[in-house]
Amino acid sequence: MSKNWWKVLASVFVLYSVVAGLLFKVPTLPILHESIRNLYYHVPMWFAMVVIYSVAVYYSIRYLQTGDENHDLVAVEAVNTGLVFGLVGLASGMVWANYTWGAPWPNDPKLNSAAIATLLYFAYTVLRSSLDEEQKRAKIAAIYNIFAYPIMVVLLFVLPRLTDSLHPGNGGNPGFGAYDLDSNMRFVFYPAVLGWIGIAVWIVNIRYRIRKIENKRNQI
Amino acid sequence: MKLFAQIKHLLYKEILLEWRSKYAFNGILLYVVSTVFVCYLSFRSTPPLVWNALFWIILLFAAINAIAKSFMQESKGRLLYYYQIASPQAIIIAKIIYNALLMTLMSAVALVVYSIVFQNNVGDWLLYALAVLIGAISFSSVFTMISAIASKANNNGTLMAILSFPVIIPVIILIIKLSKNAMDGLDRSVSWDEIGVLTAINFIVVTVSLLLFPYLWRD
Repeated sequence: MSKNWWKVLASVFVLYSVVAGLLFKVPTLPILHESIRNLYYHVPMWFAMVVIYSVAVYYSIRYLQTGDENHDLVAVEAVNTGLVFGLVGLASGMVWANYTWGAPWPNDPKLNSAAIATLLYFAYTVLRSSLDEEQKRAKIAAIYNIFAYPIMVVLLFVLPRLTDSLHPGNGGNPGFGAYDLDSNMRFVFYPAVLGWIGIAVWIVNIRYRIRKIENKRNQI
Repeated sequence: MKLFAQIKHLLYKEILLEWRSKYAFNGILLYVVSTVFVCYLSFRSTPPLVWNALFWIILLFAAINAIAKSFMQESKGRLLYYYQIASPQAIIIAKIIYNALLMTLMSAVALVVYSIVFQNNVGDWLLYALAVLIGAISFSSVFTMISAIASKANNNGTLMAILSFPVIIPVIILIIKLSKNAMDGLDRSVSWDEIGVLTAINFIVVTVSLLLFPYLWRD
């Protein structure tokens, strides 16, 4: 229990945010109306994705330093999980955009950047599958992962701020904190972010342990 | 200072090899000119937005083809020899500088041919030339490392394209914006943002390449 408290906490936070996100009062804003509730489900996906990709880079660096195969396993499972979160983030964003901006794919720099960042990590998986030899694959994939990370940061956090964007906090739009997110919403939003990050880390943890068992079984 | 001497020698070797065969230069030059001509024959005249985008797409593919060769043409024995006499940092810097020179030359020729063949209305030629120069340098700094990664993986051609496109997209978005500013003849102070971010991206990419190449190098 002393080791696993964060898993319980993450589950409770996610359950709480799902229920409270649908039930609690939200500010009535023009255009957004009730769709503002998607904030609790769409935005935490990106937070979780960025955290998970950072974990992947950390373990890629560790792999290059130590050559320990397990670090490579964590990195690849973190990227796989991050991809799932990115795809769910894109899908939930498309639903939201369809109702508030009038089209599932409005020409918005943040959308395009997120899609390209997802392509970047799909390229990582393609690179991995093109190599057979395990140590070489681990090394080259780790190098590409570290190389891609700063580009991903530029894509998601720098480029959308330089142009006009529909997203809050970009292109001169004020961020959420200014008026959208009143103090009631914070009580749901922050636990949702923490909860989904916890769930993402948990998924990586489980996937990593499955991979380790599979590897052990294949060796015998 | 040993590093600078090594870079100088490696750069000299690259240029000498290229000068003897002139294979890469002539090949890419022909590629660029014929692509420009194909585009001219299929478009005839273009609105400014398309003119600009088309130019960068032509340059992008020329750059991928030119720089993909930079590590593939080295034989295994020669790589082992470099490994004995030079530091990995010197090798990657020499390659980046050589590719930057090659791309600058290539894109200058492409710009001249392109603007002669196509009707255009560039407002600020000096800024447009600067955009082309920054573009050539950015392409070479990004693609050199990618081509080093792709050359270590077996099936080079497709992998190079798959790995490099997502990485180059932020760069090319910024360059197209910068060169569009130059075409519209906007005041130069408008473009400082783009130039700043492009410089920062180049700086980051070169730094990361320097840190990572020593790991890639050893087999």
